[in-house]
Amino acid sequence: MTFFNEMYHDGEVRPPYARLEGWTRAMPAELRQMKQAEAEALFRRIGITFAVYGEGGDPDRLIPFDMFPRVFTQDEWRRLERGIKQRARALNAFLVDVYGRGEIVRAGRIPGQLVYRNAAYEAAMAGFVPPRGVFSHIVGIDIVRTGPNDFFVLEDNCRTPSGVSYMLENREIMMRMFPALFRENRIEPVDSYPERLRRTLASVAPAKCAGEPTVVILTPGHFNSAYYEHSFLADLMGVELVEGQDLFVEGEFVFMRTTEGPKRVDVIYRRIDDGFLDPLCFRPESMLGVPGLMDVYRSGGVTLASAPGAGVADDKAVYVYVPEMVRFYLGEEPILPNVPTWQCGQREDLAHVLEHLPELVVKEVHGSGGYGMLVGPRASAAEIAAFRDRILADPDSYIAQPTLALSTVPTFVAEGLAPRHVDLRPYCLVGERVELVPGGLTRVALREGSLVVNSSQGGGVKDTWVLAE
Amino acid sequence: MILSVQHRTTYRYDRPVRGVVQSHRLTPSVFDGQRTLGWQVGLSEGIRGGGFRDGAGDWVQGWSVRGPVGEIVVLVQGTVETADLSGVLRGHREAIPPEAYLRETATTRADRALAELGLEAAAGLADALAAAHRMCEAVAGAIVWRPGATQAATTAAEALARGEGVCQDHAHALIAVARSRGVPARYVTGYLFAAPGEGPQEAAHAWAELWVQGLGWVGFDPANRCCPDARYIRIGSGLDARGAAPIRGIARGNGAEHLDVDVAVQAVQQ
Repeated sequence: MTFFNEMYHDGEVRPPYARLEGWTRAMPAELRQMKQAEAEALFRRIGITFAVYGEGGDPDRLIPFDMFPRVFTQDEWRRLERGIKQRARALNAFLVDVYGRGEIVRAGRIPGQLVYRNAAYEAAMAGFVPPRGVFSHIVGIDIVRTGPNDFFVLEDNCRTPSGVSYMLENREIMMRMFPALFRENRIEPVDSYPERLRRTLASVAPAKCAGEPTVVILTPGHFNSAYYEHSFLADLMGVELVEGQDLFVEGEFVFMRTTEGPKRVDVIYRRIDDGFLDPLCFRPESMLGVPGLMDVYRSGGVTLASAPGAGVADDKAVYVYVPEMVRFYLGEEPILPNVPTWQCGQREDLAHVLEHLPELVVKEVHGSGGYGMLVGPRASAAEIAAFRDRILADPDSYIAQPTLALSTVPTFVAEGLAPRHVDLRPYCLVGERVELVPGGLTRVALREGSLVVNSSQGGGVKDTWVLAE
Repeated sequence: MILSVQHRTTYRYDRPVRGVVQSHRLTPSVFDGQRTLGWQVGLSEGIRGGGFRDGAGDWVQGWSVRGPVGEIVVLVQGTVETADLSGVLRGHREAIPPEAYLRETATTRADRALAELGLEAAAGLADALAAAHRMCEAVAGAIVWRPGATQAATTAAEALARGEGVCQDHAHALIAVARSRGVPARYVTGYLFAAPGEGPQEAAHAWAELWVQGLGWVGFDPANRCCPDARYIRIGSGLDARGAAPIRGIARGNGAEHLDVDVAVQAVQQ
């Protein structure tokens, strides 16, 4: 298998990386080591040590930061941006539809059982259209690259995708350590993200909100692995960070306890899962949420971002149908294609998958974070045999994809620079407008040859540049 | 029939609580089989919250009570004119598709015995309505009505194994049996007018609805071996008893809660 190197291609340095060539050459090993230690110290001082959503692992472990940036040209980014926005629109249209009339199911374009029997479908949302018809206000779309013009969507994250604080911090640290680089290269800024996020959330205030909306971030608390990100974003957005016990329902509204007495809250950017939001509606034993919240929400007294039940759009089994959503709701062809996917629940697909296990990547439909996953070409015969039994026991729970030749970007390793595989998670904001800052989180598989970028599996992060024209 | 309902639920707390939040599904359904002539739901010292019609077509009303409070009373009073539609829920508007009612819950999971009960009752029957009646009969025959035999958390499988239970167990068992046959089914709460000596006296009643192709949702009451008629007032539905609960609430505080329920359903006019 050959891999597309984003910097060195066909024996030449690709234009967006041209200035980085000289930069690395001019950096002696001692300086590099010193800088790397400095970067780590900076991260530690800030306290950014969490794992990216759902990836598990030690929450206090520092995710390794690689100083060599990942670079996109303006042209590449424009195409990505159009494709990401298109997908974010289609995913939201799908959510409005399946909690409404379900036209896409009636039209036979997606099987009803995949939607309505899905664990992520929330009957409590049926018949409700959230403000501006937005269910997923922050859509994280994971993208992989296999060639100069070949980008694929690997996965959608419609609930509360995390990691955006890494995007912001990686940039901050790079600018502090290498100011010259940012003078030599014209790099689009990403620091407007918190303000854009705040505006997006304010734009989906509920009907009953009069005046400037009060936005808060609801966190499960400091023991949560992404707590740092919650407080970081609250800080940069200039909004309160609250826990369930700081909020209460009275009459038609939700209030936050403050030293000056109760203050009405209009928009809640919640970083807790659906099941914990309101013990009256979901898990009765949950202490993390706010009793009565769903009644206030559904009667238009507060907005929840993302809306409960948004996860039915980012399920791995539903993923297969996202290109169909783009055609059905937008009448457009998808700009960013899916990775070809076989559904083991379908007989012909299953036969193909079982025959080609050594070549395929097999994923659990409801799994995440690189657990419960088979990477055929890297697995032993025994591992493949064991996985085969798991698939046969419950075919509906598995999908399979070809092993993608993920692109590589030069990465600092002990011996110097070496190519390592990367992916990309940009964060698309959906409110009054659909927008995204030029950049995202690049995750890099630091182990040589590894195709798994998840931090729980030895992944790191890089600053992601989009060059201005 | 014209039925009048008086339904009082009293919550007493050992020690005053700091506040109470409740969510009510206590308003009669809107469909061709019943017309509300008058209906009031009140919560003592309560602040009325937001209300809305949910995806199942039920009216949901939020309430909150400021503490400290030692006792609260939910009082439902009203009059409904009913008609006998042989259990068919005609003219009911809702947004959740029948397919969503194939989902399992902890209390309605079909174990082997429930699945076999469904198989024996309905295997080979092409007529969906006839199959539904047979499943209802089978559940009625397998679980004897005996108050106190089961609790709120008893599952359908446990009730069947015991062979006795109350209307909640009958409804759960029928739902489990129907879903195991691929028939969407749901839990329904409401009120029942029963003349003295006329079978189970459960004025605050529960039954099941099964999706029958061509007819839509049809009610079945295994506890009384019949389909809901003019003696029934339909209130709300859910995947199981918890999902359909007429009152859900939570009190802030650590006083133990004591519950007292008093329901009377009378025929104002036959």
